[in-house]
Amino acid sequence: MNPIVVIMFLIFVSITLLITYFASKRTQSTNDFYTAGGGLTGWQNGLAIAGDYLSAASFLGIAGAIALWGFDGFFYSIGYLTAYLIVLYIVAEPLRNLGKYTLADMIAARFELKKVRAMAAVSSITIVIFYMLAQLVGAGALIQLLFGIPYTVAVILVGIMMTIYVLFGGMTATSWVQMVKAVLLMIGTVIITFLVLLHFNFNISTMFGEMHNIKSSDFKGEFINPGSQGKPPLDNISLIIALLFGTAGLPHILMRFFTVKDAQTARSSVMWATWIIGIFYILTIFLGFGAAALLTREEIISANPAGNMAAPLLAEKLGGDFLMSFVSAVAFATILAVVAGLVLTGASAFAHDIYGQVIKKGKITEKEQMKAAKLASLTVSVVSIILALFAQNLNVAFLVSLAFCVAASANLPVIVYTIFWKRFNTQGAIVGIAVGLIVSLVLVILSPNVMNPDGSAFIAMAPIFPLSNPAIISVPAGFLAAFLGTFLGKSESEEKFREVQVKSATGISTSDISH
Amino acid sequence: MVEHDYGRIAEDPKFKALVKKRNAFIFPISIFFIVATLLFPVLTSYTEILNTVAFWNISWAWIYALLLFVMVWTLVTLYMRKAKSFDKDAQELLKTYREEQQR
Repeated sequence: MNPIVVIMFLIFVSITLLITYFASKRTQSTNDFYTAGGGLTGWQNGLAIAGDYLSAASFLGIAGAIALWGFDGFFYSIGYLTAYLIVLYIVAEPLRNLGKYTLADMIAARFELKKVRAMAAVSSITIVIFYMLAQLVGAGALIQLLFGIPYTVAVILVGIMMTIYVLFGGMTATSWVQMVKAVLLMIGTVIITFLVLLHFNFNISTMFGEMHNIKSSDFKGEFINPGSQGKPPLDNISLIIALLFGTAGLPHILMRFFTVKDAQTARSSVMWATWIIGIFYILTIFLGFGAAALLTREEIISANPAGNMAAPLLAEKLGGDFLMSFVSAVAFATILAVVAGLVLTGASAFAHDIYGQVIKKGKITEKEQMKAAKLASLTVSVVSIILALFAQNLNVAFLVSLAFCVAASANLPVIVYTIFWKRFNTQGAIVGIAVGLIVSLVLVILSPNVMNPDGSAFIAMAPIFPLSNPAIISVPAGFLAAFLGTFLGKSESEEKFREVQVKSATGISTSDISH
Repeated sequence: MVEHDYGRIAEDPKFKALVKKRNAFIFPISIFFIVATLLFPVLTSYTEILNTVAFWNISWAWIYALLLFVMVWTLVTLYMRKAKSFDKDAQELLKTYREEQQR
């Protein structure tokens, strides 16, 4: 174990704990706990969205994927970023104008039925669990590799840390940890990019030229051009569909819009987020190319077969132990910040939607709400740590893409119809979420992720469904199911739609709170 | 919280005009960026046309990808500008509504 690594980690952990300590003093009401009191400014929330979004999968995963697969690795970034246009143009402002703490609040603004709220909470919790498992499994592998401690101990350590942030600091601490982490991540990435450019004498043409020479027997196409992984065309299209439509349905990203005071601030936070996230993804090209040029393929793969250690290894090559420790500590902080946000989202779906609104029917005191929120946070933490201990061998990228797919198929259709479609009704909402969720899950179980004749997955047989990401089927299925469900159900009064329309377009209800 | 006469606002011709203006802006652009994004994997998977080098050893695939980034930033800026006029309309609408309510 390297002493610089240990010192760097201790510094990072101390900073974040300090933030939690100060945040805990400011977290008194349920509103503070779930939404940081709704008082974040546009750039603060934008930075926090970036911090929440640029997970270990983005930083370690995409840099590694570009290092190993060239263009095919960069492919993900495109869907991840364009997705924010859907968030901005369609979802952010109505969501802020209609909701209070959760996605289910927004849908319930139109349909008062408890079943709709419960259904939305179930899909949120499912997405959160997949996403969380991916992060925890990734964290376990990273810490295990850096400190040489067993996976089990690593996962439990990360789990305890995130529980402390959430329980004591709530959304305020989580938001600030995400902001600090986003800044550190950008600093680390810019430093590596600079050193990589220095290596190529600041000549982009030389850099791309050198990438044309990268050859491997693994490649089905060229490194520098699309197709090196040799994936079936439909799989690529399906993946982009999942990423593009999934982000606007991810409950932990949507929850970030409740931490600002109005729709205008929600809008400006998306602007800040797209700039930060976009610049970061462009810099991942330099991270990936740098690793491909300065490290051997064997070095990258032997540290982690998926390439997840490419960025830390590159940092070590370019800046020695110090930079490597810094990058690893940033990766660690990244995972912590993301899982803390996920815990809060899962807990809010349990405590606010299922317990507070469905079971207690909203008749719950502030004190009880707070207690329920903290208890739910603790439960979500413990359950996810236990699941992560068993999930060690699951593919991280697969878990994340599954989360995006469920979000795109179950949540997005219902969000869009709730805001824009007059005829949409309760049946449509319930059927839409249920079908989107079930179709995604079933198709994944039948896909090459779970069934593979070469024995690399759970079941050694030919997959029944050929694509590894089912979004190309499940997203239209979600939209269609919500549509058909609406026509099978009886039509409802237009009054609620008018209310939703007026609220989402004018922000009349939120502006009253601040007056 | 105050209960509002949402039906009344919804029936206001000015509100209807606002919704129409908003949707007329949002929908075409949304369709444009969704198509532009989905066209990319279609082009890279079924054709080779993006694999030729444009300049500096950079192939068209990278240029297309970077243009998508530029598209995102441009459309974000465009929306930020346009949304200000929607806000103005909405505020005027609410002002008239509140004045009428107080009478």
